[in-house]
Amino acid sequence: MHSRIVKAVRRVGARVINAVWRFGVASRFLFLTLAYSGTSFSRLRLITREIFSTGVLSLIIILVSGLFVGMVLGMQGYDTLQRYGAAESLGVMVALSLVRELGPVVAALLFASRAGSAITAEIGLMKATEQLAAMEMMAVNPIARVVAPRFWAGVISMPLLAAMFSAMGVFGGYLVGVKLIGVDEGAFWSQMQNAVDFHQDIVNGVIKSFVFGIAVTAIALFEGYDAPPTAEGVSGATTRTVVTSSLAILALDFVLTAFMFRGEG
Amino acid sequence: MERTTIDLWVGLFVMMGLGALLVLAFKVGNLGGVDIGESYAVTANFSNIGGLKARAPVKSAGVVVGRVTDIRYDIENHEATVTLKLDKQYPFSRDTSASIMTSGLLGEQYVAIESGGDEVVLKEGDKLKITQSAVVLESLIGQFLYNKAADGGEKK
Repeated sequence: MHSRIVKAVRRVGARVINAVWRFGVASRFLFLTLAYSGTSFSRLRLITREIFSTGVLSLIIILVSGLFVGMVLGMQGYDTLQRYGAAESLGVMVALSLVRELGPVVAALLFASRAGSAITAEIGLMKATEQLAAMEMMAVNPIARVVAPRFWAGVISMPLLAAMFSAMGVFGGYLVGVKLIGVDEGAFWSQMQNAVDFHQDIVNGVIKSFVFGIAVTAIALFEGYDAPPTAEGVSGATTRTVVTSSLAILALDFVLTAFMFRGEG
Repeated sequence: MERTTIDLWVGLFVMMGLGALLVLAFKVGNLGGVDIGESYAVTANFSNIGGLKARAPVKSAGVVVGRVTDIRYDIENHEATVTLKLDKQYPFSRDTSASIMTSGLLGEQYVAIESGGDEVVLKEGDKLKITQSAVVLESLIGQFLYNKAADGGEKK
């Protein structure tokens, strides 16, 4: 009885220590990635290839999801707003919710599951098949050659994808609101332009997606690099990438929103 | 430098992303809106500004001629001092009157100005003397109820 309690406490303690340990290693890993980024900028080809596999291949899912999220926002927003006789404000509602929140957050969640998991699986398999070790044997630094280009590709792609998501969403909201339901087109755009501030809303949205891009890519790379070199280990790491980066996106979103929009305006 | 198909796709991707940002900035946001170039600032005191906010439009005959740039509390007169930035191409007479209006029943508030008959035009730093405060719905309802009650009393 006594020894079981001791064992349970020990197990909890070991888990906590392990989590802190991993966090420390992850920070060192991120620092190394930044320190060895020089090669990927002097050989831009490395980054463009990764932008293709993280950014361009995520394009379809981002654009289609953005369109549908915008269309749903248009319908739901109209339903609520017309009760207060404010259907003309539909454009404001669609644009603000997309640019401030949904664009960066949903695009980042999709990015984590579409591109983040792929990055983890790729690097995890490279490690399992000892490609990374082979690189080290040839005096090629795997962080500079494999990790850093993927990191910068993710950081560059994320804000662009989020912007496309928002723009597509506004278009979806316009399709449903103006073309389908028949909200006045002039009011839709002019009220939107009056309410959406470039610095307050759009720039802050871009900053958000930039931070999410750093978080998602760093988590995905670290999980891949740290994965146990087995089939099971890689699959576990891929799952952890999606779970951890989704939680990180939502937590960071709360913190950033608290800083950016403190209930003013 | 050799070209690959991937470069084409990446170039397309980056251009689409930047294009989306431009669309957001100019079509969705206010960056392409009526930006006042040359302008002059005048102030006006109101006893109550209601829900007026900085950046609210200033309209004359319904046309946007400027923006509210600053709202302060005047300690001496216990009034609100509102700074209006007006477009240089619209001259207004010195006895222009300003009032705070609401677009629609529950819409945003704006400052409406109406030019008077004076020959001398407003210049930078002038103060509008004739102002009319925002209509506060609560006081309006209160007044209405008070009048009703007074009417009811007389009839008996």
